[in-house]
Amino acid sequence: MSEDRSLLDDEMWSDLRRLTAARIGLRRTGASLATGPLLDFKLAHARARDAVHEPLDEARLIAELAGLGLETIASASAAESRKQFLMRPDLGRRLAAHSEQMLASHAARYDVAFVIADGLSARAVQQHAAHVLGFVVPMLRDEGWRIAPLVIVRHGRVATGDAIATLLGADCAAVLIGERPGLSAPDSMGAYLTWQPAPHTTDADRNCISNIRPDGIKYSEAAHKLAHMLRAMRARRISGVQLKDDSDRLPDGANIEAAIPDAGKQL
Amino acid sequence: MYSATIGVRRYPFGDLATLLAKASPLRSGDQLAGLAAESGEERVAAQFVLADVPLASLLHQHVIAYETDEVTRLIVDSHDRAAFAPIASQTVGEFRDWLLSDEATTPALAALAPGVMPEMAAAVCKISALQDLMVMAAKCTVAKAFRSTVGLPGRLSVRLQPNHPTDDVRGIAASILDGLLLGAGDAVIGINPATDSPDRTHRLLSMLDDIRIKLDIPTQSCVLAHVTTTLELIRKGSPVDLVFQSIAGTEAANKSFGINLALLKEAREAALALRRGTVGTDVMYFETGQGSALSANAHCGVDQQTLEARAYAVARAFKPLLVNTVVGFIGPEYLFDGKQITRAGLEDHFCGKLMGVPMGVDVCYTNHAEADQDDMDALLALLVAAGVNFIMGVPGADDVMLGYQSTSFHDALAMRDLFGRKPAPEFEAWLQRQGLIDSSGHIRPLESPGRFRALLTG
Repeated sequence: MSEDRSLLDDEMWSDLRRLTAARIGLRRTGASLATGPLLDFKLAHARARDAVHEPLDEARLIAELAGLGLETIASASAAESRKQFLMRPDLGRRLAAHSEQMLASHAARYDVAFVIADGLSARAVQQHAAHVLGFVVPMLRDEGWRIAPLVIVRHGRVATGDAIATLLGADCAAVLIGERPGLSAPDSMGAYLTWQPAPHTTDADRNCISNIRPDGIKYSEAAHKLAHMLRAMRARRISGVQLKDDSDRLPDGANIEAAIPDAGKQL
Repeated sequence: MYSATIGVRRYPFGDLATLLAKASPLRSGDQLAGLAAESGEERVAAQFVLADVPLASLLHQHVIAYETDEVTRLIVDSHDRAAFAPIASQTVGEFRDWLLSDEATTPALAALAPGVMPEMAAAVCKISALQDLMVMAAKCTVAKAFRSTVGLPGRLSVRLQPNHPTDDVRGIAASILDGLLLGAGDAVIGINPATDSPDRTHRLLSMLDDIRIKLDIPTQSCVLAHVTTTLELIRKGSPVDLVFQSIAGTEAANKSFGINLALLKEAREAALALRRGTVGTDVMYFETGQGSALSANAHCGVDQQTLEARAYAVARAFKPLLVNTVVGFIGPEYLFDGKQITRAGLEDHFCGKLMGVPMGVDVCYTNHAEADQDDMDALLALLVAAGVNFIMGVPGADDVMLGYQSTSFHDALAMRDLFGRKPAPEFEAWLQRQGLIDSSGHIRPLESPGRFRALLTG
């Protein structure tokens, strides 16, 4: 085995690695990766794969949400298994019939419905959803917002929030969902916000706050952005691309993107 | 109306689009679209029927109507009848046999390319084995040039892909340094920007141009922003080498990307007018991928592999330097696992090359697909054996901005060593001058030259 990097280079690479999370300056042997970085990569991939397939522990999540003083409803999409959820995005966007009936029985007038969906990383919402809601729910409640019962969706994609908000009678859908796991972040949560969703709603009608996790957008910061965005939506009665232009000029520098449809990254 | 009888069962196929879809090897995207064969027997029945379809009949039967789709009009109106003449009397099955025969030499295939419609390429692809796709593609040479020449026989080029989640210029430079030292970047140094802002794109273009000039690298740079952003920046004087755009095989899907053929033509002319190429004038860089039309709900009832071939007809019309199928990026609902990704990667490479398109492949997967790095190692080796023009070079195969896994600088080095492939000739000479190639011809940096380090300080 040949060690090609000089000592000086080792120092240089450890400096450069502070500039990027990219796997730069990896030790190699011949043309190939040395054993250490090869196994590092396999570990990261194994964690991401585990995150995709890990089931949501609904009972634990309900217990963690209990302190918010809201009723919590456990529901499911029309996808019956993890494999079906991955292969049939259309089923993951629809609610199961029994869930529709259950939600309809809670119909009232609400300003916002918070939805927690496992998406592509149950671990993300398992770890972060209760923390973010712990900040945002009291904030909005103090401002007089009528908040719908919390809804948990198993095998759910972003669009399940549309049906849920409609069934409950809520003006805004705020979906907290596990994002597609990357190697550096198997537990990244996204928040997708939609004003008065309807059957013709598309991803261009949503706004998104991405990368919510302790090493990304932190809980309190995410909660403030969420609340800020919800207020803007309610004031202007719109969401999506139209709202994005405005948010670029927000005084607090909130970095909120319109959820542009992207085949590869669509949740 | 087509039909086959297998044993006692008759299989009808209503039209050409149905026949092509049913004959397509199994993939999740066609199942999602409700177009896939319902049994293995039905699939092979369709392949038997397809093999007997005369190529000439495809000239007049369009999978999407001429009147409603500008991609169909492009395909039909630009078809080169003289180039098509040698295969005009063949069926799809006879075409496969001819492509594999010793008569189908590299010059013969180059002359044929403008006569191959995408539906012809797709049809022969569907009845071909994986090995056939490699053997036939390996005979096609499609070399293009700007500051380097990409796609010559015996060469394997690499797009250096130094993405960063917040487009941090120093973070990107660190990844570029790593890639250059490992011999990557001869196809292009290309950044996917985290957002499509013109200011940021300009800053990244300027930074790439500075690095290229400082180190005198014979390659081209690209920021993969939307074509309208790039066009605007060309007008404002930004240093644009290549115009990038994602394209698809239907007018409706291209519309969902915010483009049409006229816009691509305008962008190409604007880039050509800058006269920045030194050894060639191929200024376009396109990306494609099976399933993109379906995900935009714009597939018009056509299977994803046929539509992918139609995207190459779009690419071909604008004389690109690079066309890259991002094969596993789209996710398991279109290509479920390593097996489906592997087949699709070799199909795309073959169809593009047969049509005269300079194909590279982003050998890649996402974490929700049933695939891992072993699948990528296998597909990469198959593609290099089949003569792929270029592949991606991502630090450690992990793209920290797009959140998927591709191929690494090390993968490219290993393939060059394993198959005896060299970088683009201009770039190889540059690597020699930098002292990055050892006496046995391997790219083996002993330490980073001082002027490379200066990249990050000045």
